[in-house]
Amino acid sequence: MAAPVKAKVDGAAGAVQNLTIGKAINLALRSAMEADDKVIILGEDVGKLGGVFRITDGLQKDFGEQRVLDTPLAESGIIGTAVGLAVRGFRPVCEIQFEGFIFPGFDQIVSQVAKLHYRTQGRVKVPIVIRVPFGGGIGAVEHHSESPESLFAHVAGLKVVSCSNAVDAYWMTRQAIESDDPVLLFEPKRLYHSGNLRAEVDTTATPDPLHVSRVVRPGDAATLVAYGPSVKVCLDAATAAQEEGTSLEVIDLRTLSPLDLDPVFESVRRTGRLIAVSEAPSESSLTSEIAMRVQQECFYSLEAPVLRVTGFDTPYPPAKLEEDYLPDLDRVLHTVDRSLAW
Amino acid sequence: MSSPEQWTHPEPGAGPAATAAEPTPEQVIAGLRATTEGGAELTQLLTPEGERVASAQFDPYVSDVDDEALRNLYRDMVLVRRADRESNAMQRQGQLGIWVPLLGQEAAQIGSGRALRPSDMAFPSYREHGVAWTRGVDFRELIGIFRCSDHGGWDFKHHGFHPYTIVIGNQVLNATGYAMGQKFEGKVGDDNGEATIVYFGDGATSQGDVHEGFVWSAVYDAPVVFFCQNNQWAISEPTERQSRLPLYQRARGYGFPGIRVDGNDVLACLAVTRWALDECRHGNGPVLIEAFTYRMDAHTTTDDPTRYRLSDELEEWKLKDPIERVRAHLARGGGADQEFFEKIDAEADSFAAELRDFVFNMPDPPPERIFANVYAEPSPVLEAQRREYLSYLEGFAGSEH
Repeated sequence: MAAPVKAKVDGAAGAVQNLTIGKAINLALRSAMEADDKVIILGEDVGKLGGVFRITDGLQKDFGEQRVLDTPLAESGIIGTAVGLAVRGFRPVCEIQFEGFIFPGFDQIVSQVAKLHYRTQGRVKVPIVIRVPFGGGIGAVEHHSESPESLFAHVAGLKVVSCSNAVDAYWMTRQAIESDDPVLLFEPKRLYHSGNLRAEVDTTATPDPLHVSRVVRPGDAATLVAYGPSVKVCLDAATAAQEEGTSLEVIDLRTLSPLDLDPVFESVRRTGRLIAVSEAPSESSLTSEIAMRVQQECFYSLEAPVLRVTGFDTPYPPAKLEEDYLPDLDRVLHTVDRSLAW
Repeated sequence: MSSPEQWTHPEPGAGPAATAAEPTPEQVIAGLRATTEGGAELTQLLTPEGERVASAQFDPYVSDVDDEALRNLYRDMVLVRRADRESNAMQRQGQLGIWVPLLGQEAAQIGSGRALRPSDMAFPSYREHGVAWTRGVDFRELIGIFRCSDHGGWDFKHHGFHPYTIVIGNQVLNATGYAMGQKFEGKVGDDNGEATIVYFGDGATSQGDVHEGFVWSAVYDAPVVFFCQNNQWAISEPTERQSRLPLYQRARGYGFPGIRVDGNDVLACLAVTRWALDECRHGNGPVLIEAFTYRMDAHTTTDDPTRYRLSDELEEWKLKDPIERVRAHLARGGGADQEFFEKIDAEADSFAAELRDFVFNMPDPPPERIFANVYAEPSPVLEAQRREYLSYLEGFAGSEH
């Protein structure tokens, strides 16, 4: 069995392109498939249709039906066969159509994808990427707007990342495919085609490593930490706060498992205050973990308890109510005020 | 029996040739006992009494099996059974955490396992110690799973034998994906083609993953043999709790051949599996084999079969023993003499003694094993947890506890 050729992270076109998040992921998939013929895409409607969000647009036309598989309608089938393909030496990239439909595949993810490497003392590598459009704000029916990432971050053996901008969308996709570990990539679906989030993607640049967090806006009054679609909410809140003279630091978590909280600790030691923002329900979630770790590491620096702005501990509501459910600029600023008043 | 041609890629609406004994719709509606042999044709080459039965379709697949080859199959089964019994005893003696007996299923496992070539890949569940043996995986490599000292780390590529899968049915999809890979790589299409075989039980056929594996393999013409060992019991649930229909007949609904073989007939299992693998090698897509057998012992050593099944059934199946019929056939036909049988028994005794000695002297893994190989890439978080725990343990150095 020939070992798969490792793709070099050098970009494909070698040009700077102005892209949305969706187009950046599409380019990353294309580049990865050009660099390594073991990279294949599996998913429902990913071929002719290009995916329901058009993220795989044009790939089947250029790479053929054995590289871009329009699969039967079965999520366990997508993940379970990807495991076998990975054992065979392929690097499968699975698209789950919406996060709410990942659960038929949850068994395969937890029982096989996450554990095969450990079970076999490293003999079996599982270089699978599972792409998951997640989050709300698109006015959808039930099961199309959820944030289940904490369920996966809790599983040892998996790596979980989430992008908030086009540059990261490109590089994180490339790096996830290159990783010999299984990576779940949670993509902020409502930002896929957001024109005002277009960015210059330089495919020849040297990217940050996959599993690091990043300060995306410096400040000194309080720290906001978020990931995926909530990063933009926090940046907008920081802009609004600045107009009132309050300087907020914003950290894009980027990696949900393993967590890279060193930048958060460093920031909290300067600001003394932390607000974690996420669309997911709060109980037993990533924001719980962040709060626990920050109080452990920054106990004497904290001027206020760690606070959070999250979805409620309810199922995702009917979309007519989602504006109440989702963390927005006002809720974030309100919570910043509570922290500052401590 | 239908001709081989009829077993190749079925036309829509076709499938395995109808048999006279096929149930009427009324019978199906009334709830057919899936475990009755009367309602389904059984491929058999060696009767329980050791008589050779001719088969136009399957004799060609075992034309190379002479007395020496039969003696080797006999030896395989005797050694595997002996190791199985020894392991069962070692669990009772507290040396193993659990044992999963294969008693009664030796022919299904040895026959199908010996049909494989080195380039093929087998995906087992957790009872396929006999198949492991045929793939060159030593019992000593397996036993750590049941000693609870590891999860099974043999060299799967070298052996062509995937790690055990404990979650029911998961491996059927994994094998389907692997077989898709064989096809995508252009490794099927002629006599030298590769194939995959995946083992599961009658209980697993109720799992969604098995259904999805059937669907996917059919859609992608994956070269995978679905080898269902119907041993009549999923712990305490009889096969009719899984199906109204003989399980092999399900294949028709997915568009590929299904066949029921006497799972206690090592020769028939060898022939039918070779035929099915040939179908796969040539690119004709998947095949379902239902090996009709019986789990003579408990599901695992934690189970008590006396609570849910009748001893009459056990006695009936004892008469169909997979080893005895080969022994009778060899003895009656002059293929082996008493000296041979005694030699194999002696070999089995020393094999079991070696295994026993190995298990009794197996060291426990060191605590740092907990943290090893969770990821392919280094994990600073786990490294920190490992260091912290090991330094905590060092605090006890020199103390009694």
